[in-house]
Amino acid sequence: MNAVIPLSAQLINLFASVILLLAFAMLAQRRVLKLIDLFALQGFTLFLSTLVVAVKTGQSHLYYSAALTLTLKAFLLPWILHRLVRRLHVKGEVEPLINIPTTMLIGIALVMISFNVALPISELSSSIARGTLGIALAVVMLAFLMMITRRKAVTQVVGFLSMENGLFLAATSATYGMPMVVELGIALDVLVGVIILGVFFFQIRDQFDSLDIHHMERLKDN
Amino acid sequence: MPGLLPIDTLLIVACAWLAIGAAGLVAPRNTRFIARTLFPLGALVGIVAGLVALGSLGSPAQTAVLAIGLPDLPFHLRLDNLSAVFVLLLGIVSAGISIYAAGYFRHPGQGGQGTAPGVLCVEYHLFLASMLMVLLADDAYAFMVAWETMALSSFFLVTTDHRHAAIRQAGYLYLLIAHVGAIAILLSFGVMTGGVGGSGDYTFAGMRAQELSPFWGSVAFLLALFGFGAKAGLLPVHVWLPEAHPAAPSPVSALMSGVMLKTAIYGLLRVSFDLVGMTLWWWGVVALAIGLLTALFGVFYATVQSDMKRLLAYSSIENIGLIAVGIGLTLIFHAYAMEALAALALTAVLYHCLAHAGFKSLLFLCTGSVLHATKERSLGKLGGLIGPMPWVAWLALAGVIAGAGLPPLSGFVSEWLLLQGFLFSPGLPHPWLNMVVPVAAAIVALVAALAGFAMVKFYGIIFLGQMREPALKDAHDAGPWERLGLVWLGGLTLLLGVLPGTIILRIDAATQQLLGKGLADRVAENGWWMLAPISPERASYEPLLFLAFIVATLLFGRWLVRRLYHGRVRRSPAWDCGYHFQGPRAQDTAEGFSQPIRRIFEPMFRMERHFPTLRDKEPYYSVKVEDHFWYWLYLPVARAAAWVSTLITHLQGGRIAVYLMYSFVTLILLLLVARP
Repeated sequence: MNAVIPLSAQLINLFASVILLLAFAMLAQRRVLKLIDLFALQGFTLFLSTLVVAVKTGQSHLYYSAALTLTLKAFLLPWILHRLVRRLHVKGEVEPLINIPTTMLIGIALVMISFNVALPISELSSSIARGTLGIALAVVMLAFLMMITRRKAVTQVVGFLSMENGLFLAATSATYGMPMVVELGIALDVLVGVIILGVFFFQIRDQFDSLDIHHMERLKDN
Repeated sequence: MPGLLPIDTLLIVACAWLAIGAAGLVAPRNTRFIARTLFPLGALVGIVAGLVALGSLGSPAQTAVLAIGLPDLPFHLRLDNLSAVFVLLLGIVSAGISIYAAGYFRHPGQGGQGTAPGVLCVEYHLFLASMLMVLLADDAYAFMVAWETMALSSFFLVTTDHRHAAIRQAGYLYLLIAHVGAIAILLSFGVMTGGVGGSGDYTFAGMRAQELSPFWGSVAFLLALFGFGAKAGLLPVHVWLPEAHPAAPSPVSALMSGVMLKTAIYGLLRVSFDLVGMTLWWWGVVALAIGLLTALFGVFYATVQSDMKRLLAYSSIENIGLIAVGIGLTLIFHAYAMEALAALALTAVLYHCLAHAGFKSLLFLCTGSVLHATKERSLGKLGGLIGPMPWVAWLALAGVIAGAGLPPLSGFVSEWLLLQGFLFSPGLPHPWLNMVVPVAAAIVALVAALAGFAMVKFYGIIFLGQMREPALKDAHDAGPWERLGLVWLGGLTLLLGVLPGTIILRIDAATQQLLGKGLADRVAENGWWMLAPISPERASYEPLLFLAFIVATLLFGRWLVRRLYHGRVRRSPAWDCGYHFQGPRAQDTAEGFSQPIRRIFEPMFRMERHFPTLRDKEPYYSVKVEDHFWYWLYLPVARAAAWVSTLITHLQGGRIAVYLMYSFVTLILLLLVARP
């Protein structure tokens, strides 16, 4: 394998690894506001990588989705979350269920699994950015892990959004993005989801005087 | 009208019913508009459906493909002779019930509780339209959609008075069994499309073309027997009937018992004679055995009931059992290619469907009138209602005579045909069956006799004797709409009783379609007044002659009594046998009347009795008869389900992190297991 890797592919791989790195950073970050900033940064990197794919392939709908990513994930959603956190007076510290070093170790294991699983699929893919599929899967897994290990409802929403980032990365890297309709639909879903969850935050806080989800354990049947 | 095929007309009928239902939502609380305008319109539409079906009997099958449905899966419809017989039943019987309902739903259900009249109107007409679509469906998909719509709309009709917990429970039980049955039907269709290696053609035409091995054919038949049996009320999935029928408003009970149960019979006939494409003799034995057990069970429990609607519900189980017996007999004859006898048994089945639809709806509607007039449905508190309610009483008498299988009304004809079929079973080329089937005939005769007992109890306790409660004096007779509906169904019962030849000539097209041979030739050669299914030398029945004789005897007797005793009648207190207190309470009670049956067949029942002792301050006697099947089958199943559920509850810890972990671990495992 001595083929020259084109610049665009190198750039995409770079951005993908930055996204992965940011996912790890989010996993390690204890402060909620910083977490949101990291999420915004991840969105911005995602925008850059989509832009590179768009320029390289010249597909116009990828430009649209890049623009969508920029506005939604790099600016709008972080801004909404910032506002929410300020108005809810969430304490800065995030209390994880499992301590952070252990989480990181689990995260590394997950990344290995993801790469292993994604390997045969990447072989089949013909797009320029096929190596990023494993990274995308790893980002999804890490986001999932964050949702599991954190206690605060806000962090879980950030994890949920970060998972969506991973899916989007997988879509652009493996198939040059989803059809525009699907993408618009997902973008709208995410936006509405965050708004509804925002409303829920207020309800949860009113009910339990806290955003800590372990209070909801007593909501189960019997 | 040229160009308008019967199947198109029937589609218009279905749409008309839906439109009438939707119109009920315009003014959902306006009882007057809904009862006096919409329900009679629905009845008119029903008559149209019945007449169209009657007209199309004997003509070749018509098909239609609707534009609606899933993409690439349009609804296929077909009107053939078998469907036409049942559409006739649906149209004509539902017309009578709708007319009655126009009068019945005048009071908003007990002080504004329960479902609003407009919603009721929607459910009622949706129920009618879905039953019509079940009969017209020509692919498994359309059939299941219509079938489930039927189950759901009738569920909401049953739970009209949903404020009562008992009614909600009855509705739940009904829905549960309906769904278990629907699963079995779906699986049966799946088997008939040929399963994995088959054509996968889900239309009925595709199922007919599919060749099945005897094993898979039997699986399909048994699944269909179970699935349709759950809707019809065959043992052991009958338990919903005695719960749901008393819970529902009377017109709904009438519609469910009279018409909906018959759609299940239609489905069973459709699968076993049309779609499976083969007949094994032991299928007939299975159906015969289940039918006999059901009939016996139903009639035993009918005799000991004290609630008039429960009594009728058990009587419906009995009649469905008899119909299943007929189907079993048809299958046996058909398997041995004895088509003339198969045609006789199948005619009995179809005729009993029509007859039972008529008289059972009539009886349920009569209980509705009694319920409205007295607010009472326990037999122990009724009595002597023939005085204040002559219309209802005399029309109920017609239903009771038919239900007891006495000439000259409809029930006799079908039961007589069925027994005729049994009389020829010694011709079967199977020594075992030769011996066993006559025993079955004896059981059918026993069932008929006990059904007579149950009907005497029903009629005697409600309408004859003296009033057991003083409040019954204020009972009023049915209103004009209700009377019209009752007269319609009573007339139907009479017509089916006195003109069997003419009617068999019409429905014979269905028999011919299923078996390739009918009774029409033999019936036609004897003339319309005489019914001799095999030959006049062996057995014949002249209903009109019979009717004329009965009427003449009655008139003569009345004349004789008037002539001999007129003016010499003296009314005085009856000789009281030395007992001082002799009021209405001294009459035989509902429990007392059936006590001999309870004694003789004691092992059949699960009874809890309380006898008063000498020292009781307030002595009372009570008896509670329960169904063995609850304890043998349903409670163990329910307990097992509860046990499994408690095991699964441990999964629900309440922690979101754990829930997320479940999906996370599942995701990882799937990724690892399913990797290429």
